[in-house]
Amino acid sequence: MSNETKRRDFIGMSFGAVAAVGGAVSLVGMKKAWDPLPSVLAAGFIKIDLAGIGLEPGKPQTYKWRGKPIFVLLKTADMKDFDGDLVLGDKRYTIVEGLCTHLGCIPAWKKDIWKCACHGGEFNANGEETFGPPPKPLVVPPFSVEGSVLTLGEASEQSNAMQKARA
Amino acid sequence: MAKVNESLFSVEGLDKRLAIKKFWKVMMTEYWIPKDINFLWAMGVVLAVTFKILIISGIFLMMYYKPDVNLAFDSVNYTIMQEVGYGWLFRHMHGVAASVIFLVIYIHMFTGIYYGSYKKGREMIWISGMLLFMTFSAAGFSGYMLPWGQMSYWAAAVITNLFAGGSLEAWGLVEWIRGGFAVNDATLTRFYMLHVFLLPISILAIIVLHFYALRIPHVNNQNSEEIDYDVEAQKYLDGNKKESKVIPFWPVFLSKDFAVLAVFLIFYFYLVFFNYNFAMDPVNFDPANSMVTPAHIYPEWYFLWSYETLRGPFFDVLGMKAMDIGLIIFGFAQVAFLIVPFLDKDPDILPAHKRKKFQIWFWIMVVDMMVLTIYGKLPPTGANAWVGFGATLTFLSLFISLPFITKSDAKKRGV
Repeated sequence: MSNETKRRDFIGMSFGAVAAVGGAVSLVGMKKAWDPLPSVLAAGFIKIDLAGIGLEPGKPQTYKWRGKPIFVLLKTADMKDFDGDLVLGDKRYTIVEGLCTHLGCIPAWKKDIWKCACHGGEFNANGEETFGPPPKPLVVPPFSVEGSVLTLGEASEQSNAMQKARA
Repeated sequence: MAKVNESLFSVEGLDKRLAIKKFWKVMMTEYWIPKDINFLWAMGVVLAVTFKILIISGIFLMMYYKPDVNLAFDSVNYTIMQEVGYGWLFRHMHGVAASVIFLVIYIHMFTGIYYGSYKKGREMIWISGMLLFMTFSAAGFSGYMLPWGQMSYWAAAVITNLFAGGSLEAWGLVEWIRGGFAVNDATLTRFYMLHVFLLPISILAIIVLHFYALRIPHVNNQNSEEIDYDVEAQKYLDGNKKESKVIPFWPVFLSKDFAVLAVFLIFYFYLVFFNYNFAMDPVNFDPANSMVTPAHIYPEWYFLWSYETLRGPFFDVLGMKAMDIGLIIFGFAQVAFLIVPFLDKDPDILPAHKRKKFQIWFWIMVVDMMVLTIYGKLPPTGANAWVGFGATLTFLSLFISLPFITKSDAKKRGV
């Protein structure tokens, strides 16, 4: 500090430093207060037994995970094979979050495509966007597989590979 | 401090302690308003009163409303609507006022644009006004969520999703705003806090700024005439009320305002009692369900024009995703009106009918806003999608061309 610096300047600068630190710290606190609560994060896991839910080929079922719908589709023989399928034995599944990648409405299954009522987006049986505003395919949730049981919320190589196939 | 002998409980005593006479003079009897105005200049007072209605009706709703996903829907549709004495009235007053206030805001805004009231010297009035438009929009959106019906839920889901920024995929941000993976209890409660506290108090503060911003440049007049307020005010105070070009805010200006206000309030209460349904979407009388999206969702009418700019672009251009283009135009639409003072390059303050090209621009803009509003409500299929796309492009080109149009007007007048 030079000799020119006056005592009042020093008081002003010290206040500025304290205020800056206090302001920055309180911003962190306020940010944290808006984060999802631990209980919300902890509730983010469910199990689905693909063998025990009576899936019929070509008729997707919907499950609720983290407040979002999850589409589980057992593909028919007519549906084209896709790198992003979940393959268990001779069966191929599409497992995706049922939220349109445009603005998050739930698309409805119409014969062999998912169609979104909000803005007309369409997705094929693989969850790939085929028409309208959706910028990318339906998202594959993180999950792991043990036998025929899926644990949603737990990322694994399988779900990572399925996500990659859609990237 | 000078010694005060007058009793506190007298006008003189209060004047000695609070200078109430001087205050009244500055705020009211010697706050000068030009004579050359019309009923459109009453919209400010109409808005202030409508906001007051919103606060008062909101206070009564707050006493029974429960910001909890399990209780919210019934607290509105059962407790308030059926049990609370006149609860239905307060709800309808609140819902209708929220809708009507935007109608008046748009009239107020377009009046300002038509008469050039945002131009040099008055930018702060315009900017603070647009800040009010934004905070009112946020208040309208957060309030719409509270009844926790299907429209509440899905409007919240779609609008919070905008913060993912399309291809940016800012999912952490969306989850932070929601306080969860999807719109949930934490979302409802925090938007309740915004709706009943932070936004109203911000609106009040900005209203003070908005009024104060008027004080120095004064309110504009029909011919944008430059008035020497000191000279004209002196004429009025000397008794030459006829020759003077100005009138005091109180009692002269406000008496006319209150007449306009009376007409407005009759219209407003007619809506509240006999035609409230337009502000009560039937879909919102189904409780929120995160597993079923309603067949057709749309925002309240006052958001439709900007919603349409969002979904107007429906095909990819040069490798750019349709959704990203929509988001960029939507983002631009949010600030387009805010930056009008800087887009207008005409140095003179004149009403639109004295700026020929600008006048054409103005009416195309008004019609385009109406087209966007109408098509924002229709399902975006077939020809509708193309009309929406065209209107969105028109909106964009209107604001991009404004500097050139206003410059050309000025050139023609030889400025």
